Amino acid sequence: MSTVEEALGPPMGLGTADAVPLSLRGPAPVRVVAGFGFWLFLLSDILIFAALFAAYAVLSAETAGGPAGAALFDRHNVLIETACLLASSVTCGFGSLAMQRADLRSTWFWMVVTFVLGATFLSLEASEFARMVATGAGPSRSAFLSSFFALVGTHGLHVSIGLAWLVVMLLQVATLGFQPMVSRRFFCFALFWHALDIVWVGVFTLVYLMGDFH
Amino acid sequence: MDGDERVFDDRTPGVEEYEPTANYWSYTAGLGLAVLATIASFVVSQTHLLWPPGIPVGLMVLAFAQIGVHLVFFLHLGSGPESTNNILALAFGVLIVFLVITGSIWIIANLHWNMMEMSAH
Repeated sequence: MSTVEEALGPPMGLGTADAVPLSLRGPAPVRVVAGFGFWLFLLSDILIFAALFAAYAVLSAETAGGPAGAALFDRHNVLIETACLLASSVTCGFGSLAMQRADLRSTWFWMVVTFVLGATFLSLEASEFARMVATGAGPSRSAFLSSFFALVGTHGLHVSIGLAWLVVMLLQVATLGFQPMVSRRFFCFALFWHALDIVWVGVFTLVYLMGDFH
Repeated sequence: MDGDERVFDDRTPGVEEYEPTANYWSYTAGLGLAVLATIASFVVSQTHLLWPPGIPVGLMVLAFAQIGVHLVFFLHLGSGPESTNNILALAFGVLIVFLVITGSIWIIANLHWNMMEMSAH
C-alpha cells in the first residue's frame, strides 16, 4: 500500500458506508484518527482556557481601586482584532482547500494571508497590553488585571505558537511538497487555528463586551 | 463468518477521500453567519436594543450561536460517521467546561455573599 492510500484510506460516509455498521468498517483512515487525536488535545487545551475564564469571571469585579474594564478597553481595537482573527480562520480554510487540490500557488497565497492577519491581530494585542502597562494598569495592579492578562495573554501565546507553526508549514510545503503527512499536519494546524478563533469568541464576549455595556 | 469479507469487499481501496462538507461555500457561509453574530454582539452591547439587564444573556446566546457556526462550518463537525467520536469528546469537554466555570462562579459568589454579611456589621 502506498503512503497516499494509507493516508487517504477508503471513502467513508459516502454511498456504501451506510450499508456497513460503524463497528464493522475496519480501521478508520489515518486522517480521521490523527484528527481525533488532535481534537482531544484541543479539548484539553480548551479546559485550560475554561479555568482562566472561570478565574476572570470570578475576579472581574475585584479592581482594588484601580481602573475597571470600561475605562481600559478600546472597542474599535477589539472589533478590528476580531475581524482579523475571523478573516484568518476563513483564509486558513481556503488554504486547506487549496492544499487538497495540490495547488501550490494558492496554498502559499492563503497561508501568507493567514499569517499576515494573525500577525496583525498579535501586534494589536501587544500594543494594547503595552498601552495598559504604560498607564499603570499592568497585571500586578489588581486581581481583575491579573486574570485579564492571564486569559488574554494565554490566548495571545497560543496565536504566537500558531504563527510559528504556520511558518513551519510554509517551509514544509516548500521543501516536502504535498505529501500526505504535510497535508495532515496542515489539517491539524487548521483545527488549532479555528479552535483559537472559538476561544476568542468567548474572550471578546466575556471580557470586552460584558465588561463594557451600559 | 463470511460477512467480514463482504464488508471489506464493499470498500474501494485507494480512492481519494472527499470531504463533502469542506468547500468554498461552507467557509463563505460560515464567515457570513459569524460576521452577523459578531456585529449583533457589538450592537447589543453598545445600544439599548435589548432590555439592559438581559444584555449579558443576549451576549451569551450570540456567543454560543457563533461557536456553533464555527464548529459546523470551520471545524466541519457533522453528522457523518467520522465525526461521531469527535462529538462525544466535545460533549464531555463541554460538560467539564460548564462544571468548571459555573461551579467557580457559584461557589465564589456564595463565599463572597457570606463574607459581605460579616463585614457589613
